[in-house]
Amino acid sequence: MKIGVFICHCGSNIAGTVDCAAVAERASTYPDVVYATDIMYACAEPGQDAIIAAIKKHGLTGVVVASCTPRMHEPTFRKAVERAGVNRYMFEMANIREHVSWIGKDIEANTNKAAELVRMAAAKLRLDRELKPKSFPVTKRLLVIGGGVAGIQAALDAADAGLEVVMVEKQPTIGGKMAKLDKTFPTVDCSSCILGPRMVDVAQHPNITLYAYAELEEVSGYVGNFDVKIRKKATYVDWDKCTGCGLCTEKCPSKKSYDRFNEGVGPTTAIIIPFPQAIPKKASIEREYCRQFNKGKCGVCAKVCPTGAVNYEMQDETVEVKVGGIVAATGYDLVDWKVYSEYGGGRYPDVVTSLQYERMLSASGPTGGHVKRPSDGTEPVNVVFVQCVGSRDPSIGRPYCSGFCCMYTAKQAILTKDHIPGSQSYVFYMDIRSPGKGYDEFTRRVQEEYGARYVRGRVSMIYPKGGKLMVRGADTLMGTQVEVEADLVVLAVGAEASANSSALAEKLRISYDGYGFFMEGHPKLKPVETNTAGVFLAGSCQGLKDIPSSVAQGSAAAAKALGLLSRDMLDSDPQIASVSVNRCVGCRKCIEVCPFKAIQEVDMRGQPKAEVIETVCQGCGLCNATCPQGAIQLSHFTDNQILAEVEALCRF
Amino acid sequence: MSVLEGKELRIVGFLCNWCSYGGADTAGVGRFTQPTDLRIVRVPCSGRINPLFVMKALIGGADGVLVSGCHPRDCHYAEGNYYARRRLEVLKGLLPVLGIDPRRFEYTWVSASEGQRWQHVVSSFTAQIHALGPAARFTEAPEPARLGA
Ligand SMILES: Cc1cc2nc3c(=O)[nH]c(=O)nc-3n(C[C@H](O)[C@H](O)[C@H](O)COP(=O)(O)OP(=O)(O)OC[C@H]3O[C@@H](n4cnc5c(N)ncnc54)[C@H](O)[C@@H]3O)c2cc1C
Ligand code: SF4
Ligand code: SF4
Repeated sequence: MKIGVFICHCGSNIAGTVDCAAVAERASTYPDVVYATDIMYACAEPGQDAIIAAIKKHGLTGVVVASCTPRMHEPTFRKAVERAGVNRYMFEMANIREHVSWIGKDIEANTNKAAELVRMAAAKLRLDRELKPKSFPVTKRLLVIGGGVAGIQAALDAADAGLEVVMVEKQPTIGGKMAKLDKTFPTVDCSSCILGPRMVDVAQHPNITLYAYAELEEVSGYVGNFDVKIRKKATYVDWDKCTGCGLCTEKCPSKKSYDRFNEGVGPTTAIIIPFPQAIPKKASIEREYCRQFNKGKCGVCAKVCPTGAVNYEMQDETVEVKVGGIVAATGYDLVDWKVYSEYGGGRYPDVVTSLQYERMLSASGPTGGHVKRPSDGTEPVNVVFVQCVGSRDPSIGRPYCSGFCCMYTAKQAILTKDHIPGSQSYVFYMDIRSPGKGYDEFTRRVQEEYGARYVRGRVSMIYPKGGKLMVRGADTLMGTQVEVEADLVVLAVGAEASANSSALAEKLRISYDGYGFFMEGHPKLKPVETNTAGVFLAGSCQGLKDIPSSVAQGSAAAAKALGLLSRDMLDSDPQIASVSVNRCVGCRKCIEVCPFKAIQEVDMRGQPKAEVIETVCQGCGLCNATCPQGAIQLSHFTDNQILAEVEALCRF
Repeated sequence: MSVLEGKELRIVGFLCNWCSYGGADTAGVGRFTQPTDLRIVRVPCSGRINPLFVMKALIGGADGVLVSGCHPRDCHYAEGNYYARRRLEVLKGLLPVLGIDPRRFEYTWVSASEGQRWQHVVSSFTAQIHALGPAARFTEAPEPARLGA
């Protein structure tokens, strides 16, 4: 083998703390290395051209590039060597940036370590074999999990492009948080006027199948061919018969149910249609409030339903679908703000959350759009907004900024003035973060045109006094204590990853961060991909973002999914296991451990042998570490290759 | 010479590609300073690690071996790390029998987002190995046993 080694400076990223020329010089002494050099930017066009030229000039049959992490540019360099006629798997990388130059400043130690990592890579490369991918057919159907604005956008874009889409939403209606909003910043246009028609499009689109009040039970398979089990939760109403007339919700005698859609602003019935524009517009029974279930008698809804749709015997149902790709768009939930005892911890009725306030502002909400104090139904005059409740607070494990609260608070202060012209809004803030298009102008307008008083500082306590709420805080710009007598307090509660998002991530085999937000493939270059091929992300489940960004990401995820599913066949990764039949004793151990059922038993002249199904194997190598004979080997990560790396480190 | 004499000890790491190798990358991107002793071997999954790799490193002259994979329940291949956990635990119990201080070998779980945790793992494991000092050399190390084809 003739190996060429290229040590990348990455500008000063690597060369700043690694002597790249010295590494190249040492590399030139390694076995089979015939050419070694350092190079300014290996990944840039001149860098790739230099690699290709060197391959041709020196007749190289294998290449090592020492640069950034292979998780970043391995595909780039593989393509480059292939352009020079070298098989793309006759290539190895040494990570001397993330694992060397960026984590220490000792040039002597770094240079030595970099040279060692190159030695390992070259030792492994010597045992690489040319590999060729196989192709397999793709299921042209996309699963979208979550029917918020991000999921809706992804589903509609994909469906409009001709893809079949299956949408799973855990609530009885799609729409997510946006459906609960009254108006939206920075245009203050009506939320349901822009979202409503999109929701109807989902319901009517011939390519979209919607499972509302359903959850993902299980996912198996792999990119191009996932097998998905969806659990449709029992609604106790046959949706094929239900016309959404709402008679049942009028007659239901259980009138004290918690109204989830309206965030508990006012009660609702046990049988509900979440809101007038719900999609699907179907009734469902909330079992915990239903008299039929709790007392064993009632049956009012069943009696009044003109189509006989109510069925108290209904059971959960599981449906199975095959899809080629998956978009996760499960959004966010509000932080449990009741941990803040200084804000009353939920004891004062006139301290409400921002989302409750949206429902109070909404004309289709439980108060008909009239802002009233929950305690006595009177119209408030002084309204105090408290920002960053549960955001940027390490003490409750939420050190991050929720991103949209500054903006929606400004919006709510504007709407307060519109609803109650005689009102005065006060906003306690830490910083104003408004970097979007037209956003800073918006937060200025609320102060200049709408007279909202912005106070920079945190609120230290809220306490009741004579029917009002006293809000005490600091004004850090004036260096004084302030106290405002409020009629109503609105907490701009921060957001967190939606409930059970980590359990969903585990089902999808994608990574999530310490807060439960799903990890994108690369923070800059792969914002909607994940590290699991075929699984994409959209909206707040990846990180908190407002509606414009959620929609943009929804479209981006659809575009990526379309790119994948527009192909009839996909190339499988050839870094998979294969069996040496001479060594295999047919013990079946590999068959038992393979998580993907990728190994089958075959008969070879009367002897049982293991055989890998090439397009099913995912290349984990579990079988390889299990086989007592060393008969099954993972290509590109064979026992001998890993041992060669160990040897390169330990024998010199 | 694979380590700087008097400065470093020889530490070999086996990291799964999806979680811990990514976590080490995240630590790098965050410029979380770490000791330079560790050399990382990238494998697809912690379940790919044959305990013999660890043994081979220790017998071949490593002063410490660190294995890191995805957190239990979060394996990219669904269940590889469960197998790893069982195998590596057995290995740890076996080391004293072979005359190797079991503190020279640790396994842990670090996700791709946990750059800071990775920094901590590397720093404390390196400190642990430095506290133990260089491992006794096997005077007549046998030729490495070849596994597989
Ligand atoms: C008070 C308030 C006011 C706001 N005002 C504005 C504004 O004026 N302008 C603006 O741009 N942004 C505003 N925002 C932000 C806006 O709500 C978000 O940007 C937007 O809702 C994000 O959309 P999404 O689809 O990512 O998530 P969501 O809206 O949270 O939708 C996620 C959907 O997924 C479903 N789901 C969750 N988990 C699962 C699961 N496991 N299986 C199936 N389905 C699941 C949920 O039920 C939900 O329907 C406001 C936010 C708040 C709190
Ligand atoms: S574990 Fe090894 S020997 Fe046993 S069946 Fe599988 S390949 Fe053959
Ligand atoms: S490498 Fe082995 S265990 Fe892993 S998927 Fe392939 S055949 Fe199954």
